[in-house]
Amino acid sequence: MTQNDTQLVAQLTEQEIQEILSLASHYDYPQAASIEALKVVQQYRGWVSDESLRAIAKLIEMSAEELDSVATFYSLIFRSPVGENVIMLCDGITCWMHGCDQLKTRLSETLGIDYGETTADNQFTLIPVTCQGACDRAPVALKNMQLHTELNETSVLALTKSDAQQPGGSQ
Amino acid sequence: MSLPEPTQRPLTQHIDPSREAYNLVEYEAHGGYESVRKMLTELSPSAGLDLLKASDLRGRGGAGFPTGMKWSFVPMQSEAERLAKPMQKYIVANADEMEPGTFKDRVIMEGCPHLLVEGMITGAAILQATTGYIFIRGEYIEATEKLNNAIAECREKGWLGKNILGSGWDFDLHVHTSAGRYICGEETALLNSLEGKRATPRAKPPFPQVSGLWGKPTIVNNVETLANIPNIINYGAEWFKSLSLTEDAGTKLYGVSGRVKNAGCWELPMGTSARELLEVHAGGMSDGYQLKTFLPGGGSTPLLLPEHLDTPMDYTHIGKLGSRMGTGTMIMIDDQVDFLGALKNLEHFFAQESCGFCTPCRDGLPWVEKTLDKIIRGDGTSADIEWLDRATVNLNMGLTFCAHAPGAMGPLESALKYFRAEFETRINLHNSESV
Repeated sequence: MTQNDTQLVAQLTEQEIQEILSLASHYDYPQAASIEALKVVQQYRGWVSDESLRAIAKLIEMSAEELDSVATFYSLIFRSPVGENVIMLCDGITCWMHGCDQLKTRLSETLGIDYGETTADNQFTLIPVTCQGACDRAPVALKNMQLHTELNETSVLALTKSDAQQPGGSQ
Repeated sequence: MSLPEPTQRPLTQHIDPSREAYNLVEYEAHGGYESVRKMLTELSPSAGLDLLKASDLRGRGGAGFPTGMKWSFVPMQSEAERLAKPMQKYIVANADEMEPGTFKDRVIMEGCPHLLVEGMITGAAILQATTGYIFIRGEYIEATEKLNNAIAECREKGWLGKNILGSGWDFDLHVHTSAGRYICGEETALLNSLEGKRATPRAKPPFPQVSGLWGKPTIVNNVETLANIPNIINYGAEWFKSLSLTEDAGTKLYGVSGRVKNAGCWELPMGTSARELLEVHAGGMSDGYQLKTFLPGGGSTPLLLPEHLDTPMDYTHIGKLGSRMGTGTMIMIDDQVDFLGALKNLEHFFAQESCGFCTPCRDGLPWVEKTLDKIIRGDGTSADIEWLDRATVNLNMGLTFCAHAPGAMGPLESALKYFRAEFETRINLHNSESV
């Protein structure tokens, strides 16, 4: 690596670098760890900034442009900042029949945000997510990647309690 | 150790939600990894493949392709060639369970992760594969953790790694976690995704069996398919076929969701009727709701009617009704659901999840959603219904790059066939109101 490259990669913490290299060791080509590498950084920082993206790209020997095309393709990679807590409401067919639209209305009223938005205090982001494979316990939601099942218009409001310590929340 | 007596529920016999999943010691005490031992000490790879072929196992991911036949296209080396220089080959578990309404592979991976790991090692021994990957959707955190633990135990014990059981065969296995996008479940899109690229499907041929991951021979199979392999190797093809009620062999992890009394997932003989699933296992529709129609095996399988409930749920019988068994997890749609709204929910999903590579899918699916929305809003005309009819031709098999858009046309085409009046009523309602 050139000095420039080293400086670029130094945007990442030592721990992030080690975790990414450990994942990359599972493959003959480090590019195969692209999605997992983006997730490592997102785990610590909540989202993937341009600086992080360029650093990851250098580390796994991809062009930043190609890595960005990957990052923007996958729905669970966030290329813009999100709140401390990310609530993802399942809108799969079974959850829809079990009233996920009503749950969304309740969450939106309580948090004052629509899908794709973050609260002014930066605590919550609300987004829809595809079928979570828990249709026997519908309707469901993920909060910071933890599954919450058999929600109703009352219990769904428990998700709006701040919970920044769980994985997926900011460091 | 000797094998325990064969069971009627080979996939779920060790699954008990009231306790933790078996660790390696417990799993081995119940006959775990005996199929690996048998493959490496008693059977040649070709004998293993013959067993798989004779078992009539069909792919449980939805397509129902005969597994033994699929595997027979993988190039094989002689033992001497392999020991001199093993050909790099891959085995991949498709654990990207994202078909709407499907929740069966989760049950295996959370309930008995060692069964999938054993299936992959035994399968790899048949194929003489060098590396395996479990491609799992990003949200399945618990399953990922359990699989990683199971793999670590196997490395420690020597079921994975160098020279397994002194056979001279090396094999390692990794979990690869994804980050959303339904199209990753398409096997060639999955391979691109596993290589770290956008998940756009590849042209076939070449087929993955010959040129898959990084251009090497690769087998991709669904979790449930792979989980069947240990017991087929242990107990044989005739036993596996005897589990079924019909011509399609084995058991099936069936599921029922929707407004039913007891939604769930159960391992039952292949060919169990949809009626038994709904009425006996799911306890029937919830009080006050009548069954109107159902998707037999996930969001992309064409709708069936209550009159079809007595049909055996297998690939052959459901196929004859013009639908597909798909993943075998049924979605029941009741009489009080806004039917066109449910259809729009499905088409919205498919439009959103198009990879964007080919025009009919990328541009056609959003147009289908928009047209449904227009009809639901009351602004539709008969020309819109005719356009939807045309979409079911123009977005179907042969006119798109992969099966994504044709899958999306399954529920639409069957809705237009069975419930055309619902589309027409919305339009007539609009026309009479506007006069």
